[in-house]
Amino acid sequence: MSTMAVPDVAVAAVDEGFWTRNRKVGLVLLALGLLSAVLFGALATDQQARFTLSDDAAGAALEINGTIGAILFGIITIAAGAALLAGVPKRWFLPVLGVGLVAFVLSFLCWQVSAAPTGQNFMPLVNIIRGTFILALPLIFGALAGVLCERSGVVNVAIEGQLLMGAFSGALFGSLSGNVWVGLVAAAIGGAFISLLLAVFAIRYLVDQVVIGIVLNLLAVGVTGFLYERLMQTDATKYNSSPRFGNWNIPLLEDIPVLGPALFRGNIFLYLGLLLVLVIHIGLFRTRWGLRTRSVGEHPTAADTLGVKVLRVRYRNVLLAGVVAGIGGASYTLALYSFTKNMIGGKGFIALAALIFGRWNPTGALLAALFFGFADQLATYLGAINSAIPSQFLAMLPYLATILAVAGLVGRVRAPAADGKPYVKG
Amino acid sequence: MEPGEIHALLGENGAGKSTLMNVLYGLYQPDEGEILVDGKPLKLRGPSDAIAAGIGMVHQHFMLVPVFTVAENIMLGAEQVRGGIAGFLDRRRARREVAEVSERYNLRVDPDAVIEDLPVGIQQRVEIVKALTRDVDLLILDEPTAVLTPQETEELLTVMRSLKAAGKSIVFITHKLGEVKAIADRITVIRRGKTVGTASPEASRDELAALMVGRSVRLTVEKSPATPREPMLEVAGLVVDDDRQVRAVDGVDLTVRAGEVLGVAGVQGNGQTELIEAIMGLRPVLAGTVSLAGDRIDGWTTKKVLRAGVGYVPEDRSVDGLVKEFSVAENLVLDIYDRPPFGAGLAIKPDAIAASAKERIEQFDVRTSSADAPVGTLSGGNQQKVIVARELSRPLKLFIAAQPTRGVDVGSIEFIHSRIIRERDIGTAVMVVSSELDEVIGLADRIAVMYRGRIIGIVGPDTPREEIGLLMAGISPDAAPERGAVAAPTDGTATDGGPASDARPASEDEA
Repeated sequence: MSTMAVPDVAVAAVDEGFWTRNRKVGLVLLALGLLSAVLFGALATDQQARFTLSDDAAGAALEINGTIGAILFGIITIAAGAALLAGVPKRWFLPVLGVGLVAFVLSFLCWQVSAAPTGQNFMPLVNIIRGTFILALPLIFGALAGVLCERSGVVNVAIEGQLLMGAFSGALFGSLSGNVWVGLVAAAIGGAFISLLLAVFAIRYLVDQVVIGIVLNLLAVGVTGFLYERLMQTDATKYNSSPRFGNWNIPLLEDIPVLGPALFRGNIFLYLGLLLVLVIHIGLFRTRWGLRTRSVGEHPTAADTLGVKVLRVRYRNVLLAGVVAGIGGASYTLALYSFTKNMIGGKGFIALAALIFGRWNPTGALLAALFFGFADQLATYLGAINSAIPSQFLAMLPYLATILAVAGLVGRVRAPAADGKPYVKG
Repeated sequence: MEPGEIHALLGENGAGKSTLMNVLYGLYQPDEGEILVDGKPLKLRGPSDAIAAGIGMVHQHFMLVPVFTVAENIMLGAEQVRGGIAGFLDRRRARREVAEVSERYNLRVDPDAVIEDLPVGIQQRVEIVKALTRDVDLLILDEPTAVLTPQETEELLTVMRSLKAAGKSIVFITHKLGEVKAIADRITVIRRGKTVGTASPEASRDELAALMVGRSVRLTVEKSPATPREPMLEVAGLVVDDDRQVRAVDGVDLTVRAGEVLGVAGVQGNGQTELIEAIMGLRPVLAGTVSLAGDRIDGWTTKKVLRAGVGYVPEDRSVDGLVKEFSVAENLVLDIYDRPPFGAGLAIKPDAIAASAKERIEQFDVRTSSADAPVGTLSGGNQQKVIVARELSRPLKLFIAAQPTRGVDVGSIEFIHSRIIRERDIGTAVMVVSSELDEVIGLADRIAVMYRGRIIGIVGPDTPREEIGLLMAGISPDAAPERGAVAAPTDGTATDGGPASDARPASEDEA
């Protein structure tokens, strides 16, 4: 036997010079910190900024003098930026960045809350957290639908349509049957119906997946809009008055301060969404189904040579994605509102952004969705306290962050290698 | 096939070797005929049937998921699971299985390494381990040595011998005669989809080659000594990144003189592609200079470089060399369609293009049904001849050919080689990049070996193969001749194309 070489894992080192990506991010963070310490500190008032641990002004609260708070948190951001600039080990990068960004947001809040009209110098944390999750919920379902689809190599631009169809069929069949569970099942089937069209055209007929996705969104808007006008508007009591899921309080967990009332007195969709994140995450990375799904999304030919049925895996995943998104759509009509025309209003596309921001990971998608939800909720809050900052400006920020993320500034964003490529044998 | 036999399947590119084996592996369905295993006819509806029948295959392009670990790749499709329908992966068991097989056949792999971080030689080992964990009796190796250094090839042959000793049968697909003679017990030669003969490994290389192409061919390139003149292409301190912004060319200095062939050898992916693309203006030059006949050409557009008298045969003809849907005639004027006599103002002149196409199809022996046939319908060799014809139809100062005969049949190889030498003899500077060491040795007057973005040595064409092989693996012997020196020490074992000697400790991580 000749000498066997030991596996050589060395990859040619890349000489980036001093200005590594991490250092550039540190510099930006440092600038943000200076901005918050100086500008927010100057604009904040000496009022106490109160962060109440309840739904309103009452009860216990975390308090800090507005000016001091804005400057203090600004300094923390500066410190985090300086640490990145000085160079930290790779695994510390994200935590330090996270601390810096959170401190920046807190500095901003100290300014805003302290500068609010007298009597409104408080921010109800329970309210904000609950609102964040409610606003994030359709994004969570939508992004999970994206994960299921795209991890198997089918681009899912039709999330919007799947959500909308789910919302519509949930409302319609919930109303007709007078049973929320029937509505829920119908919503899942409605989402899966759009998915089926996506799967057949993308997998069987090799139509460009982005194009077919967009067309399906338009189809969903058209079909639900038509039926809404014909049925629901003419006889709303019969067709658009579905019973709704109430809130379920989870014993013990609901008694946790702040988080309990915010998260564990919610409806079935909130619990289901969080559970699905966990299940899909474990499924993708720990089970046979996940291994095969990912292999089909990365290198379908390799999977095929090992006896994995590529097309079957893709059909199954795309349909599952439709079920998940359909239920996500029902989180509107079976819990919050009656169906209205085009009620998803672009959330499906934001879910797509959350999917990418979250790097095609269920947990990443959850965090991205919560980030978007928080920004939304904050915009509402600032409107309520008559902030000097136009709420539209704040509502814009998450998408700016997405563009930066997709442009690769927050680390390499890599889609599954075969995402969007139809598989043809031979 | 007998048990414990290494059966070589020899044939030109496009002869049908890989297709036959894909049928055997269940990827394609046969139109007619049947496959017998242990005397019983076998119907293969897919690769899983083949695996169940004990047939495993290592594909020419590795079937490994780059972002998966070794263990994940090996268990895919045959996962050991716990937890009923949930199907949790039993990673510990997978790791143990990999370790067992590695141990038994002495194929060391780290089960937790991620595939894309591994060198190709190790990736191939993973492929073999993958097949072995599926308990195959028959292993098909499709062109396994195409991407390996001579040392890695030698290791592979050793592995094949030990598998044979363990009673496994191996089908070894290749078009490299030297390897066949070194390892095969029996040889079947295929031409145009038909078995044209069987031979024993004792048959001479010329006999085998003649069987492959149907007539005798010259295996060596006939040429007179070069008469190098003034430097034509001068590259100094060139630094280039690849698509992933990783340094690919890291300070290369090169000179190609008029009237000589500089061969660039090296295992694929050591910066050859990026070097040439930088010279051609297809890739930004980060540092250093490129000059053509004294003029700085770095920073020029590709069109300007071509117009300055550079001919270029790109390494991937179907992607970069031809517009497959265009006709042969159109492809022949892609470079000068806007110049007289083919173009005038905004118009092109189809008559002139057709006339010139007819002439060049004849000159370059392009076998096509007509000049109007889409070039994609031609065989690989004839497509390549179209490119060569196009590039050599302009007056050139410099001719760069990357992998000029990859996937080309022996007959066309001979023709293309002779045209390259003819170009040298009329005084053009020629640069040939090839991962086929034989081709480089055959054509070049000087050989530059690239390793990890650098020229690790420049040697003469009569340097022993083993020495070049070591250079390709990044091992620079102290005795390596200085750059520019033509003569190199010869120890008599030189260029007979046989595999490198086993005596040296071959290891790819010494560098």
